[in-house]
Amino acid sequence: MIETLQNLLSFLPEVVQSLIIIAVKILAIVLPIMGAVAYLTLAERKVISYIQVRIGPNRVGPRGLLQPIADALKLIMKEVIIPTKANPYLFMIAPVLAFAPAIAAWAVVPFDEGMVLSNIDASLLYILAITSMGVYGVILAGWASNSKYAFLGAMRSAAQIVSYEIAMGFALVTVLMAAGSLNLTEIVNAQQGGVWMWFFIPLWPMFLVYYIAGLAETNRAPFDVAEGESEIVAGFHVEYSGMSFSIFFLAEYANMILIALLTALMFCGGWLSPFQGIPGLEALFSWVPGIIWLLLKTSFFLFLFLWFRATFPRYRYDQIMRLGWKVLIPITILWVLLLGLAIVEGWGPWFG
Amino acid sequence: MNAIKHFFKTFFLWELVLGLKLTGKYLFARKITVQYPEEKTPQSHRFRGLHAQRRYANGEERCIACKLCEAVCPALAITIDLEERDDGSRRTTRYDIDLAKCIFCGFCEESCPVDAIVETRHFEYHGEVREDLLMTKEKLLALGDRLETEIAKDRASDAQYR
Repeated sequence: MIETLQNLLSFLPEVVQSLIIIAVKILAIVLPIMGAVAYLTLAERKVISYIQVRIGPNRVGPRGLLQPIADALKLIMKEVIIPTKANPYLFMIAPVLAFAPAIAAWAVVPFDEGMVLSNIDASLLYILAITSMGVYGVILAGWASNSKYAFLGAMRSAAQIVSYEIAMGFALVTVLMAAGSLNLTEIVNAQQGGVWMWFFIPLWPMFLVYYIAGLAETNRAPFDVAEGESEIVAGFHVEYSGMSFSIFFLAEYANMILIALLTALMFCGGWLSPFQGIPGLEALFSWVPGIIWLLLKTSFFLFLFLWFRATFPRYRYDQIMRLGWKVLIPITILWVLLLGLAIVEGWGPWFG
Repeated sequence: MNAIKHFFKTFFLWELVLGLKLTGKYLFARKITVQYPEEKTPQSHRFRGLHAQRRYANGEERCIACKLCEAVCPALAITIDLEERDDGSRRTTRYDIDLAKCIFCGFCEESCPVDAIVETRHFEYHGEVREDLLMTKEKLLALGDRLETEIAKDRASDAQYR
């Protein structure tokens, strides 16, 4: 496909060619993400209502399938209100700052062997750097709104994201130690050889830490004190309406998908088939393209996000801080040491 | 010992797994949503919905303008004017129920000595202007005429409990 495009564009100068090809690739990533975000909201409402013994949205379109489109239309047509005495420039730039990193992080995400926009060697570092930019959007939104609730929400969110970033970073350090690379493609390839080679087994506690920190990073339940509708109305985005609000919404859900995808990539073998190394089954499922396995694993982790939201009550703020600093970070540090020992000694099938 | 047990239980997220198991069970449970316009919940014969005024079988209106309902109405939703009719009986000239005030307590029906004012099973009504929600005597009687069989059946099935 890329080759035909290249042939079509061959009359153009080289720079323009590669620019167009990159733009097409970006569209090929961003548009499905937008669609996935839209339908993730529907999936969330459906899963949560099913757990609450309800049916959930089923009126717009067959089985409620057009609900996200109706929601989007409603949000687009609503007025964007800028509060008096709010800083209008910061107020409007905050959603962009929240949204841009959530999309930019996808640049280095490999969807299959070689299916990646930019295969850079420090992609894990890039992800860590870009995703932590998202907190600026939240802080600016809270500050520019000139509202107590928004400000409180932003403060909580900032403290929470910064604390959990450390645990998350350490969890990623163990991944890069185990894989011996920061390149996401190579991290996945280091898990070749069957389910028992996937990193979630030797790095089980780090897998949990990463997922929990991911929940906290995306401000999802049970760590959603940044929104805490029972205490601070809706947190940092109380003053936002219409499209400016929905951009925050898009960012949150794009981040959720990203975290789920990264969990699948780093701990669950990415696009590798779970039947690798099992005689019979491996041949039976060899026709399934890798991206399907990756999407299945991602959907599973996304489902967990929704399941957790439907199950757990919100953490109290001090409990969140206690969990982050006194539980997760010590575990990660301990595991970094243990893993170092395991790698030096060449334990198990993983580090042999 | 208990402290150690507690430590391991919380550390391995055991309680969280139990919680997930419970909600996971409900994910597949039968859904109890009633999809309203298509499905409806069963109604009691005592259902207190839209008001109506009844007539006797010979077509004479029951209401004798005793004003008990007006007196008992806690929301002051009923307004009655009366006069002596040519045949010497006492009848209402005006019998208004303001549905915007009414709280559907059913006291008017309970207080009525001649079972004239009743509350029917009907609750799906709307008004586009304020006057639509003012039940005048004509409207009440018309509704009573239309629903008489249903009203009579509901009163009959309630009689055994009185």
